[in-house]
Parts: sequence; structure tokens; C-alpha cells
Amino acid sequence: MTDLAFSLDQVRYTPDHTLILDDVSLDVSRGHWVGILGPNGAGKSTLLRIMAGVLPASSGLVLFEGKVVDQWSTRERAKQLALLPQRTDLSFPFRVREVVAMGRTPYLERWQNESKADERIVEQTMALTEITRLADRNVMTLSGGEFQRVMLARALAQQPAFLLLDEPTTGLDLRHQFEVVDVLTTLVQQGVTIITVLHDLNVAASACVSVVLLQSGRVYAAGPPQDVLTVEAIRAVYGVDVVLGENPETGALQIIPLRVARPTG
Amino acid sequence: MGRVSSSSESLLLSHESAAVWKKSWLIPLFGVLLVVSIAVATALGAVTIPLLTTTRLLTYGLLQLPIDGDERTLATIVYLIRLPRVLAAALVGASLALAGTMMQGLFRNPLADAGLIGVSSGGALGGALAISSGFAMGSSFLLPCATFAGALISAFGVYLFAARQGETSLTNLLLVGIALNAIWGSLTTLVLSFAQDYEISRQIFFWLMGGLDGRGWSHVQMVFPFVVIGFVPAFFLSRDLNVLLLGEETAMSLGINVEYAKRLLLVFASLLAGAAVAIAGTISFVGLVIPHIMRLILGPNHRLLLPGATLGGAIFLVWCDLFARMVIPSEELQLGVITAVVGAPLFLHLLLRQDKIQRNPA
Repeated sequence: MTDLAFSLDQVRYTPDHTLILDDVSLDVSRGHWVGILGPNGAGKSTLLRIMAGVLPASSGLVLFEGKVVDQWSTRERAKQLALLPQRTDLSFPFRVREVVAMGRTPYLERWQNESKADERIVEQTMALTEITRLADRNVMTLSGGEFQRVMLARALAQQPAFLLLDEPTTGLDLRHQFEVVDVLTTLVQQGVTIITVLHDLNVAASACVSVVLLQSGRVYAAGPPQDVLTVEAIRAVYGVDVVLGENPETGALQIIPLRVARPTG
Repeated sequence: MGRVSSSSESLLLSHESAAVWKKSWLIPLFGVLLVVSIAVATALGAVTIPLLTTTRLLTYGLLQLPIDGDERTLATIVYLIRLPRVLAAALVGASLALAGTMMQGLFRNPLADAGLIGVSSGGALGGALAISSGFAMGSSFLLPCATFAGALISAFGVYLFAARQGETSLTNLLLVGIALNAIWGSLTTLVLSFAQDYEISRQIFFWLMGGLDGRGWSHVQMVFPFVVIGFVPAFFLSRDLNVLLLGEETAMSLGINVEYAKRLLLVFASLLAGAAVAIAGTISFVGLVIPHIMRLILGPNHRLLLPGATLGGAIFLVWCDLFARMVIPSEELQLGVITAVVGAPLFLHLLLRQDKIQRNPA
């Protein structure tokens, strides 16, 4: 067995003859934090959903832990892999605690209630994501950022070894952004593999071991952030001029956007 | 990361974690309320029979004990006329409320109701075709089969057209409902106008009006098996329904077999809605009102909500039907009118509220 968590070979996704993903090949090592980057419409979320096995690729091969992703039983896969979608609409008045407890679903038989152990895990994940004080609130009354943290807690309550997150920090205030990154960093240190769609290049540069830069459904570049996030690559993919620096505290790559790139003649 | 405060907070809150299950005592209470409601509704009518006498006669009837000569007339009223009608009301209410709860979960929208989204009118068309073609004459089970088939086709139609990629927008759901109600309604009129036999068209018309006037034991027996087949598996899907509310992809990532659960829900909800139509024609708003009220009382968890809505729907329609019989002496109001008077304002209220939520997402 290799140490590859995911291995994608020539994955294409072309619903209704629209090219969303084209020839994406990608390896993700176990225990790494990988960022999927790219402008709007580049196919980031689609790629994440295909890797999670909730969206079948049009062609190509997706291996998760050495086995084709849709050959896993959904339940066994759910004990290994959690997905946090970009947006969740919930128009039913569940309490926060109940929603987080839904993360225990793959571990419960049809008629089984949550055990004390399950409840403890729910309490822990709520504490970790700082939503304990919201535990008995109706989720429909929460702010967008609070709800986002509830959904993160729900995914963490699944106790996954592989965590796939679509923009987990978008919509959060600065402090909660840092806290989510801290939680995820701790999880990676515990051996969890994390794949995140990110918009914030600086978060990606400081947190991810490697990044995948998508452009119009193709992999433009992949590798360590300092190799991928060059001035030229960012201009080519995002159409923005940047200068690169170094975070004076951590030494991480720092990207400072300047202006919309002018075509160079 | 707030670890200092979390331990004391969780201590404080841990006793509340079983709060959902603390409400489970309400389910037997609703059961008792239903039995009491059935007894009261059987006692009241054009001739009011004292509740004690009614209860005694019901017990005697149930145990098949001999009844004194003086009370034979009362026993006939209680046992052959009122009780089957009251039980029919309970069955229809329970079916519609449970079907509504399941469809709301499936469409992830608290406004789905078999009547509003066209499932009931599909069932009515199936029933009208079965009666006018003579198909329903073969056996008493053929009419509910036909209404089930109509309801199922409608439900799949709603699903195909309204639930694009697992998202069901309010607008799509209601527009598809309008379209289906219009199509099925006009086709039903066509069936009526083609019926050669005056007696048959009168029979269809009477049935389509929606109500429980003249419903007897044969009607109760006719749909009972359908209702049982629809009820029992519904409760097996309560967790799937809860998780489906988070969206199909999330449900899938939580290990739910989404395609399987969706199909079962569509079939069982159609079975129940079809059974209700077979007895009472189209009655709207029960599947909207009851799940809403029950969510306020019991919370949205389907493990309590499904049995709660079933019992609540039965109680609600028993009282609505009693009101329909009693409000004007020697006249009958239509049952559908009563449920609409209660349901339509609530529907508008929910519509405005949901519109507001969709405009200003939290």
C-alpha cells in the first residue's frame, strides 16, 4: 500500500457537453494539507465533490485509499471521509447540537440512538469549533459565520481521517478564520489528510503543504506553494499583478495583490 | 480555543442533550387524545348519544357482545354509520399528514403538501379514470391502486421538474404544483364530460368534491392495507430524512444511500396520499398544517415528527369532519372547505416567512 490518500488519473467532468474539468491528474499524500486554488468557475468545487465520491466523474479514474472512490460502500467511506460543501441551506428549525450530532450518522444503526460516547464527541467538536454556547440555538437564527462553524463541527463529528472542505474560512471574521486554520493544522498534525478549496492565497501559502492551481478546468500547476504561486502564475490564472513577500513572523510566503494585470505587449 | 470555558459549559448543558427524547412522552399522549377524539366524534351528530353509552356500545361492538333490543338503533348509528366515518377521517388525516411530512423532508421545503404540489390531483385523475372506465368495479382494491398510480406519477413529475440537482427552490416547487394541478384538473374534467352514464359521472363528481359524506366500512377496509404498507417503512427512514435536510451531497457523504431513500420516500408518500384520495377525494392543507404544528411542539427531528404528525393528522381531521357535520344543523359543510380555512392563512404566513429568509440569507 502506498501512502497516497487520493490518486486522480485523467479525470474529466463534462455535463451536457460543457467542459468543467479536463484531464485532471493529481496525487495527494496521506497526512498532507492540500489547497485547491483558482479563480471562480475554474472547477475547484467540482473537483472536491468528485474526490469525495458524491459526484461521478465523466471519465478518468479516482482512487481513494487505493480503491475506486465509488466502489466504497457509502457508509464505510463516510467513516473515513467527510465533506463540507460550500453552502448548506437548512430551512428546518434544528438545534445546533442536533445538527452536529448528524455527523455521527455513519456510526449508528438505523434504530440506534446516540450513545454517551457519541454525545461526548459532539461536545468535543462543538468546543473545538467554539460553538458550545450556541448548542441549544435554532440553526435558522444563526449568522452565516456561526452556521459555517456548525457545519464544520458536523463534519468533524464524523471523526474523519480525510477531510474535504469547500471554502471553510469564507464568510468568517478574522479571528474565526485563524481559529479554523488552527483547528485544521492540529488535525493535520494528528495525521488527518485535509483538502480545502481556498480563495485566500495567503492562507493557502501558510497552511498548505502543497497547492493545486486550476485554470478553466485544467491543472495549471501543482506543488509546494512557493513553487506554484509565482508572480507569473498568478497573473496568468487570476489576471492580477502581485508582489511576493515573506511573513516577518512565520517566514511564510506572503502575496500582496496590486492591481488588475494589464496585457503586456 | 476557549478550552477554559468549554468544560464548565458542557457540564451545564449536558443534562439538556436528551431534551429531544424528553418530548417523546407526548406521543402516547397524542395516542390517548386520538382515542378520546374518536369516541367524542362518534357520540356527536344529528342524534347526540351520551359519551358513556357510545363508549359502551363501541366496546360491545368491538368485542361482538350482544346488545339489548332498546339500544339496537343507537348501536347501528354508532357502529355502522358514525364509527367508520370517524375512522375514515382519522386514516385520511394520518395519511395526508405523514405524506406531507415525508415530502417536505424529501423536497427540503416546509411548504410541500400533497394537495398543493399536484400529487392529490394526480391521484384523483387516476381514480376518475378507474371509475369511468369500469376498471374500479373489478375489486374494491382497484380504486386505491389507481389513485396510488396517479399520485406516484405526479410525485415523480414534481421531483423531476422541481428538484434540479437536489435543490428544490420554493418557486419551482409551487409552479410545478400549479402546472400539475391544472393539467390533472382539466384531464379529470375531460374524463367527467366523456362519461356516458349519468350515474357514473355523478359518482365521480361526488367523490371528487372531497369529503367523507357517506363513507362506510367498505371505504375503511379498502384503503387500510395501503395505509399500513405506507406507514411502517416510513418510520425506518426517519434518520435518512433528517440528514437529507442538509442536502443530498452532504447526506451522501454521511453514508446515506440517497437515491434509494429518495425513491422509497416518493413511493411511500404517494401510497399514503393516494390512499387518502381514494377515500376522501382531494383535501388540501392537512399535510401542510399538521407537520408545521408538530414541528413547533416536537421539534424537526423526524424520529418524533413522523409518529407525531401521523397522530396529529388523525386528530385534526376527526375534529374537522365533526365540525363539518355539526356546524350547520341538517347540512354538511365540505371537509375541504374547513381544512382550507385553517390551512390557507398558515400557508400564506409560511410563504412570506420563507420568502424573507431566501431574500436575506443568514
